[in-house]
Amino acid sequence: MSLSRAFFAVIRRDLVLALRRRSEIANPLLFFILVITLFPLGIGAQPHLLQAIAPGIIWVSALLAAMLSLDSLFRSDFDDGSLEQILLSPHPTSVLVLGKIIAHWLVTGLPLLIVAPLLAVFLGMPNHALGILLLTLLLGTPVLSLIGAIGVALTVGLRRGGMILSLLVLPLYVPVLIFAGNAVQMAGSGLPVDAQINILIAILLMALVLAPLPVAAALKMSIN
Amino acid sequence: MQTHSTHSLEGTGLSCIRDDRVLFEKLAFELVSGQVLLLEGKNGSGKTSLLRILCGFREPDTGEINWCGDAVKDSRFYAQMAYVGHLDGIKKELTVLENLKMSVALSSAGQYSIHEALAKVHLAGYDDILVQALSAGQKRRLSLARLLITENVLWILDEPFTSLDKQGIALIETLMTEHCANGGMIVLTSHHDIDLPDVDVQRINLS
Repeated sequence: MSLSRAFFAVIRRDLVLALRRRSEIANPLLFFILVITLFPLGIGAQPHLLQAIAPGIIWVSALLAAMLSLDSLFRSDFDDGSLEQILLSPHPTSVLVLGKIIAHWLVTGLPLLIVAPLLAVFLGMPNHALGILLLTLLLGTPVLSLIGAIGVALTVGLRRGGMILSLLVLPLYVPVLIFAGNAVQMAGSGLPVDAQINILIAILLMALVLAPLPVAAALKMSIN
Repeated sequence: MQTHSTHSLEGTGLSCIRDDRVLFEKLAFELVSGQVLLLEGKNGSGKTSLLRILCGFREPDTGEINWCGDAVKDSRFYAQMAYVGHLDGIKKELTVLENLKMSVALSSAGQYSIHEALAKVHLAGYDDILVQALSAGQKRRLSLARLLITENVLWILDEPFTSLDKQGIALIETLMTEHCANGGMIVLTSHHDIDLPDVDVQRINLS
C-alpha cells in the first residue's frame, strides 16, 4: 500500500487515456493555434500593433484553451464511477487528484508551451522575449489547471455546470494573466522582469500546495 | 491477505432524509465477520442511499457508523472495504488488465493475483481486451473481480447481480460464500433472491 505508487498510477492511467482519446489533447491545442492565427487576419497589416499586443493575445488564448479543456478533468471519471473508487481509496484524495491535475497539465498545458514560440514569432514578438514567454507559460499554465480543478470539482455534479464554471474560474485566472502578460511585455522592451516571475513562482507554489485540498473536498460534495 | 481476527460494522440510529422525505429513520444493525446483510425494499426506499452512507459519500442525517468499535473516520475502514455500485467504475478505453492494475494501485494487493481473479470470474484470456468490447455481464464480472484482487474485509455491493446470467449469479454467490468463510462480511442490495445456504444472512426491510 504505497502512496507514491498510487500517485504515479493515476498519472499513468490518465496519460494512457488521453493517448487513446486523442481529441482531448488536440482540441485545446487547435483552439489555441486557431485563435492566435485569426488575430493577424482580423487586425490587418499592422505589424507594430500586432507586436505590441502579442503577449496579451497569446496569454488570453492560453487561458481560454485551458478553460476549454477543464471539463474533461473529472467528467468521465464522474460518469463511469471511477471517481467513487478514487474517493474510496485509503490514500489521501488530495494527493490522488494532484496526480490527475498533473496528468491534465501534461496533456493540455505542455503542448501549448511547445507551439507557443512558433506562434510568438508569427505575431512578430522580439526574439529576446521568447524565453520569458516560455517561462511564464511554464509557471502559469499549471496554475490554470490547479485553480480550474477547484471549479470543475465543484461543478462536475451539476448537469450544466459550464457557465458557472467560467464565472467561478475566470476571475481567479486574472492575477496569472496580469503578471504573465506584463512580464512578457516588459521583456519585449528589454526591462527586468524578476518581480513578475517571482510572483508567478509564488502563485504556482501556493496553488500546488493549497489547491488539491479544496478539490478533494469539493469532489466529495459533488459525488453525494 | 485476509485477516482472521473479527471485524464488526455497526450502525446506530441512522436516518436519511431526502427532499423532505424520510427514507428511513432510527435504523440500527450490527454485522460481524462471516455475516451478510441484505437490504430489501421497493424502489426508492433508500437502499442505495444507505449503501452510499456506509461508503461515506453521504452523511447520515442522524446516527453514526462504527468500524471495529471506532468511528469510520478514525479507523482503517477505507483500507478494508471495497464497493461495487451501479456504476462499474471501470474505464472503457483501458484494457481489462490496466483497469485491474489501477484498482490494486489505489488500494493494496489482496488475496488473489489479477490472473487468478480473472480466472475465477471466467474472464481468463481477456487481459488485453479493451473494456468497451466486453458485454454488460462481462463488465459486471470485471468490476466484481476488483473485490478479489484488493485487500478487503467488507464488500459493499449495490445490485451486484444486474445484467448477470444464471451462471454468473451462481458464480458470484460462490465467491460471496467463500469470502464470508474467510472471515469477510458483505452488505448488499438485491432484487434477485440470494441463495447462500452456508452463510448467516441478516435482512433489513426498508419499506
